[in-house]
Amino acid sequence: MKIVVCVKQVPDTNEVKIDEKKGTLIREGVPSIINPEDKIAIEEAVRLKEEFGGEVTVISMGPPQAKDALVEAYAMGADKAILLSDKAFAGSDTWATAYTLSQAIKETGQFDLIFCGRQAIDGDTAQVGPQVAENLSIPQITYVKGVDIEDDEIIAKRQLEDGYSVIKTKLPALLTVIDGLNEPRYPSIKRIIDAYNKEDTIQTWTVEDFEVDKDKLGLDASPTQVYDTFVPTRDHEPEILEGDVEEKVEKLIKKLKEEKVV
Amino acid sequence: MDFNISKEHEMCKKVYRDFAEKEVEPIASEIDENCEFPYENIKKMAKADMLGIPFPQKYGGAGSDTLNYVFAIEELSKSCATHGVILSAHTSLGADPIYKYGTEEQKEKYLKPLATGEKLGAFALTEPNAGTDAAGIKTTAVLKDGQYILNGNKIFITNAGAADIFIIHAMTDKSKGTRGISSFIVEADTPGFSLGKKENKMGINASDTRELIFQNCKIPAENLLGKEGMGFKIAMGTLDGGRIGIAAQALGIAQRALDETVQYTQEREQFGRPIAKFQGLQWEIAEMATKVEAARNLVYKAAKTKDEGKRFSKEAAMAKYYASEIASEVANKAVQLHGGYGYIKDYPVERLMRDAKITEIYEGTTEVQKMVIAGSLLN
Ligand SMILES: Cc1cc2nc3c(=O)[nH]c(=O)nc-3n(C[C@H](O)[C@H](O)[C@H](O)COP(=O)(O)OP(=O)(O)OC[C@H]3O[C@@H](n4cnc5c(N)ncnc54)[C@H](O)[C@@H]3O)c2cc1C
Repeated sequence: MKIVVCVKQVPDTNEVKIDEKKGTLIREGVPSIINPEDKIAIEEAVRLKEEFGGEVTVISMGPPQAKDALVEAYAMGADKAILLSDKAFAGSDTWATAYTLSQAIKETGQFDLIFCGRQAIDGDTAQVGPQVAENLSIPQITYVKGVDIEDDEIIAKRQLEDGYSVIKTKLPALLTVIDGLNEPRYPSIKRIIDAYNKEDTIQTWTVEDFEVDKDKLGLDASPTQVYDTFVPTRDHEPEILEGDVEEKVEKLIKKLKEEKVV
Repeated sequence: MDFNISKEHEMCKKVYRDFAEKEVEPIASEIDENCEFPYENIKKMAKADMLGIPFPQKYGGAGSDTLNYVFAIEELSKSCATHGVILSAHTSLGADPIYKYGTEEQKEKYLKPLATGEKLGAFALTEPNAGTDAAGIKTTAVLKDGQYILNGNKIFITNAGAADIFIIHAMTDKSKGTRGISSFIVEADTPGFSLGKKENKMGINASDTRELIFQNCKIPAENLLGKEGMGFKIAMGTLDGGRIGIAAQALGIAQRALDETVQYTQEREQFGRPIAKFQGLQWEIAEMATKVEAARNLVYKAAKTKDEGKRFSKEAAMAKYYASEIASEVANKAVQLHGGYGYIKDYPVERLMRDAKITEIYEGTTEVQKMVIAGSLLN
């Protein structure tokens, strides 16, 4: 089975602070990590490889320092890791990112499964996975928290708000996975050493290394344009209503009327 | 000094820290209380290839170096000094002598499963009447019909109840003194080899420390490590390396004691302000921090010296002597600066202080380290 995993290096948002004036994240001194749900995607891919045989290729688009994320993915058991890094990719929105990833996936050849994390903690869009599936014209199952393979079919549990649905589709397919699917393993110390000392464990591809339409890359090709970012401010204090349920409901309705909400 | 900490070292260190925080920290206090050997965590460490860090990959190791191994012990010991000593005794005392003195067959049969973590190692030199004076051991090994027959007992052996492979030192020729000592590889399930009672200790309580008993224990002649009579040299050479591990354990304890103190003294208020505002405390903390940093430099330097293939006995002895003394001192101060709370088991400094003491004793007491250091300077 040939499996591709798309991963993103993100700032550890638990440790991110916001520059109140500029409305942007302060990235300095914030550790970079593999997006948590992407780590779950890597783990699932490696488990399937261990069970069914095959090969796991991890692909990330990002600046040169995103190599660290690929080293970690390699150390978790991926066979190949490819960093798509080029100035031309800078400023990509989800559309341009998905296009670039899809082209790179095509370049790697045949595949049976593609794993993505549901969403990245620095953007929370959950768009890249589905867009890649569309670009490659393959079925997609999102919010996956259970995976079974039978012959050339995949049976996945798809998380809903109040339960889950079980979805079956033919391979190749793309899955976006969520927290709870598995417990990612610790990277192997031996494979970290290999990642740095063996040749070709982590490849870096620029625009010259795979087929891309240069007009579909980076900021200029991105339909999403960010005009402003700001930190939400709190302009009034929260109020907790006291009393038993009936009293609270009465107070609430009164308030809503006062505020002309209802 | 430039320790040349590479990206791969940084990445490994992150893994050790992450592992310590998620797997070790949550159980540290409980396994101390219940004197429970952390089997599950050792398995998890094996899966992440942490049990053979400095050995070449062809022998099942991670293919890294002593410095990386030091980082592992340091990070583990910040959360639980018992995890630190289990790794140190296994790697430096159990596996390293086979790597250094074993035949290819012995490496294949014993080093590989140790380095992959499939098996756990231990090392036994100490006897009731032979501690510092290791040359006084009474355990004997007699060669007969292609087998060595071992008789005697060893005490205070780290990992004893959990280990599969033991390095045992015994007298093959009493008349030759230290040159009559030989080293052997002994499997845990060998008939005639049994374990004595588990020691009830002051600290590193989750570490399994026991007596080993040999009663006509027969082992194959090919399990002799090195040559007959080389045992004392093997033991001393092995302990040189082991001391770097214990020094790293002491460093981890000291660093944690300092970190806890820095945090606590800024939170605890007396006389209307955080106690860290008092200069008396600030000076204590400055001294503690400086000592921890000095210890770190000695420990990393000893590891680097070993990695460079140079003689490192003196460096290892200095690192172990200094790091262990300041670990006790800093942990003791940490308890003091926590006041009554520091004496209560809810605060980690209580355990750190109990755990620190042993680093001054095993693998050569502080006095022995001084003998080694002076011996390397004086004729
Ligand atoms: C928890 C624990 C784990 C251990 N693990 C192991 C293990 O895995 N394998 C193993 O083989 N051993 C192990 N040991 C044994 C340990 O290495 C010895 O206890 C240590 O070497 C000291 O020996 P001793 O206890 O006989 O003390 P002694 O040798 O009796 O020393 C008593 C005191 O006298 C001092 N002293 C002795 N001779 C001199 C001298 N000539 N000059 C100055 N001072 C001197 C010592 O420094 C010490 O302060 C362990 C011990 C403990 C407590």
